[in-house]
Amino acid sequence: MTDSTIQSVAPASVKVETPFQRFRAEFFESRIATCAFVIFTIIVLLAILAPWITPQNPYDLAQVDVLDGRLPPGSEAFAGYTMWLGSDGAGRDLYSAILYGLRISISVGIASGVIALFIGMTVGLLAAYVGGRTEAIIMRVVDLQLSFPATLVALMLVAVLGKGVDKIILALVVAQWAYYARTVRATALVERSKEYVEAAQCLGLSRMRVVFGHILPNCLAPLIVVGTVQTAHAVSLEATLSFLGVGLPQTEPSLGVLIANGFEYMLSGRYWISVFPGIALLLTVASINLVGDQLRDVLNPRLKK
Amino acid sequence: MTAVLEVSGLKTHFFTHAGVVKAVDGVDFAVSKGEVMGLVGESGSGKSITGFSILGLIDQPGRIVEGAIRFNGDNIANAPEDQLKSIRGNRISMIFQDPMMTLNPVLRIDTQMMEAILAHESLPKREAWERCRNALGLVGIPSPEERLRAYPHQLSGGMRQRVSIAIAFLNKPDLIIADEPTTALDVTIQAQIIFEAQKLTRQTGTAMIWITHDLAVVAGLADRISVMYAGRIVEQGQTDDVIDRPLHPYTVGLLGSVPTANNRGERLFQIEGMTPNMLALPSGCAFAPRCAFASDACKAPPPVEQVANRELRCYHPQAQAVVQ
Amino acid sequence: MTVFVIRRLMQAIFVVFLMSVIVFFGVNVVGDPVYMLVSPDADQADIEAAIRRLGLDRPIWEQYFLFLKGALQGNLGDSFVFGEPALKLILHHMPATLELAFSALFLSIVLGIPLGLFSGLYPDNPVSKGIMAGSILGFSLPTFWVGLMLILLFAVELGWLPSTGRGDTASIFGIETSLATWDGIRHIFLPALNLSLLKISLAIRLTRAGVREAMGQDYVKYARAKGLSTSRIIFVHVMKNIMIPVVTVMGLEFGSLIGFSVVTETIFAWPGMGKLLIDAILQLDRPVVVAYLMIMVLFFVLINLVVDILYSILDPRVRLQDQGA
Repeated sequence: MTDSTIQSVAPASVKVETPFQRFRAEFFESRIATCAFVIFTIIVLLAILAPWITPQNPYDLAQVDVLDGRLPPGSEAFAGYTMWLGSDGAGRDLYSAILYGLRISISVGIASGVIALFIGMTVGLLAAYVGGRTEAIIMRVVDLQLSFPATLVALMLVAVLGKGVDKIILALVVAQWAYYARTVRATALVERSKEYVEAAQCLGLSRMRVVFGHILPNCLAPLIVVGTVQTAHAVSLEATLSFLGVGLPQTEPSLGVLIANGFEYMLSGRYWISVFPGIALLLTVASINLVGDQLRDVLNPRLKK
Repeated sequence: MTAVLEVSGLKTHFFTHAGVVKAVDGVDFAVSKGEVMGLVGESGSGKSITGFSILGLIDQPGRIVEGAIRFNGDNIANAPEDQLKSIRGNRISMIFQDPMMTLNPVLRIDTQMMEAILAHESLPKREAWERCRNALGLVGIPSPEERLRAYPHQLSGGMRQRVSIAIAFLNKPDLIIADEPTTALDVTIQAQIIFEAQKLTRQTGTAMIWITHDLAVVAGLADRISVMYAGRIVEQGQTDDVIDRPLHPYTVGLLGSVPTANNRGERLFQIEGMTPNMLALPSGCAFAPRCAFASDACKAPPPVEQVANRELRCYHPQAQAVVQ
Repeated sequence: MTVFVIRRLMQAIFVVFLMSVIVFFGVNVVGDPVYMLVSPDADQADIEAAIRRLGLDRPIWEQYFLFLKGALQGNLGDSFVFGEPALKLILHHMPATLELAFSALFLSIVLGIPLGLFSGLYPDNPVSKGIMAGSILGFSLPTFWVGLMLILLFAVELGWLPSTGRGDTASIFGIETSLATWDGIRHIFLPALNLSLLKISLAIRLTRAGVREAMGQDYVKYARAKGLSTSRIIFVHVMKNIMIPVVTVMGLEFGSLIGFSVVTETIFAWPGMGKLLIDAILQLDRPVVVAYLMIMVLFFVLINLVVDILYSILDPRVRLQDQGA
């Protein structure tokens, strides 16, 4: 009798939940974060699928008709399809241009984010693990760089380097690596002093193995959070530089370039050329930021009760 | 003697996400004019919450759910905020535990003292300032004029607690609630602070509730002692009775765990088990799980009974005194 | 203390020196130096003359020495477009930028602190949630796009405020400023608001966090136990504790406001150094670009130096730590 009651209770109380399942459940607890995640997923899908779901390839001059220029939203293009978001000064369908622009903006943001993450992570880990003079010098450089706003650093670099996708990515990487380095070093310093590292060292594991096999996995949570926020920042920074005319060239029309192109028409009331790419940019940046905020709340053990 | 404060059936509960914490769950006591009452209990027993309930300083998610707090005859439990404000710091004042944290670090001592007067009376600043200076003199602070111009971090811990006591007595209140005022201080300073507080209550006839976890402190100070456990007063009586002939097994345990000259060299008594989880209290006597004398009767909550000159909540009063 | 200041000063000089090396090599080695230092429409003879004049046929360290020598004498080259010394050109545009940055700083403190205070005191109020959502948006929205929207709304649709230029200036206390005339204030309002947006969000967050922390402190409960009025507790006990850190951080952000003004100035055609820089980059006016970069380096190093020294005065622990190291 007693046995049966225990058996019936036990399975319910010992619910096996993998860390990922718990993470997923906690992440989607917030309605705002869920929304942001869905929006971001849709944006990425739209960007990937752009060639198949747009009526026009805005780079193909044969498909663009200058006579379609500056048409308001909902107008019919010469080729017969409806331009739901209107067209820009060169006659490109804005809906198509925005999806193709998203491809460039997001790729540049993610590429620079990933490269900066790897550089910053390596430097930060090195500083924390080697310590001593190397660490002091590295951290001086990091502090020095962080004392300048990232926007200004990127601006200085493009001023010297010139336009182009590779140059913009380089500028963004240089402007952002220090944030990753600082985060990783701070976390790694905390982790290094923990007992499991001592235990791993006592086992005679190699330095590299301790750093990459043991310390690094424990630094991943803050790194992911900084990574999302910095990627959002990179997208926004690229758009800013392109808007100023010092970022991507006209041949690589990211959202920033599209907005810049529309600027001259805005004062005459043709708002849509700037506003719609702007909304796309805003949704992208805001959704990544909101996902990052929620990641921070979920991954930060200090905030957990 | 007339009761300055009469608390009856006080229940203060906290409605947290994890469940309802019954921090104070049916507390009755009275304090008369000029009387010092020691409210003793471990941390989490609800003694501080009782103090804050009297002043109406319970924050969300907590509130007073039941009971009366009669101050000079008026029930001030859940009274309007304006009425409470005119009582706080004026008729009932409070001394906090850690003098390092209670004085605002960026305001000068004179600002923090004078505002306590000016919140309740309108009088020229000069007069308020003189009253503050005299008050500091009364609690034994040398060169009070200089101290008034100081910031809290320029004073020692003991000095700061003297300032708190001076502030408590500034408006000649009817009652002072002292919440572990000596816990954060050195033992020698502790004795001085207790001495000053005792002297001032005698001189002014102010009633006092001295909240502490340390029976030894109140043994020499209080007229009466109330022992609190898990939100209830389990034993309450004259200091001599409670100290010399404790009846509740918890009080017995507390006294047995105090090192004294008599039990020197012997192993100190230790109360078995852990402090109770306030979210999952047993339905009967809350102390039963840790009590050596617990029986089946303890599964029902013990009522308050008058036993040997005191109020007791226990089915198994320990007639023969103290574990040696 | 003197030792500390001297040490920090040496470090600052070293940083400026280091950055001059980086800028010099950036301009002269990464890019084509002749292309960068000679007007784009120069012919072959001009270019050869320039190579000799600029000493580009000499070894690189010697070139750097010449650059440094010129820089120390305040000579960073002449603008191709304006034909004036680049440094003079930048200094001429500096007041407009400083004015804009100060106005933005003022706006962010005046708007951010009260909003943060409110949302910190009443975190569950719907208005507070709105304020916090707004501040998240303020962090996410690209500054330039907000600028466009401000122009679209206030200048194009409503027609309330002008969207470009600086407007009339007049002099107060010998300083020529737009803030002295009504027309000037009308012109500066939109750009200043645009520039301050990020800092307003920052001020809201800092103030809110400070208020939330202070409200849980014992000294606030003690102040309540003294029977003080709510307004005295908030405006004297809480505000006095959080104002110092919040205003310090906001002051530190002044440098970044000057950096960000590049964007705002371009959108609102504000005649400051930022717009000058963008114009210079677009017109390949390299000496102006170099001069701007060097001025900014100097500026930020100076800000950091002042901050370090101020901190060491305010917080004796910083000084002790430094001596111990």
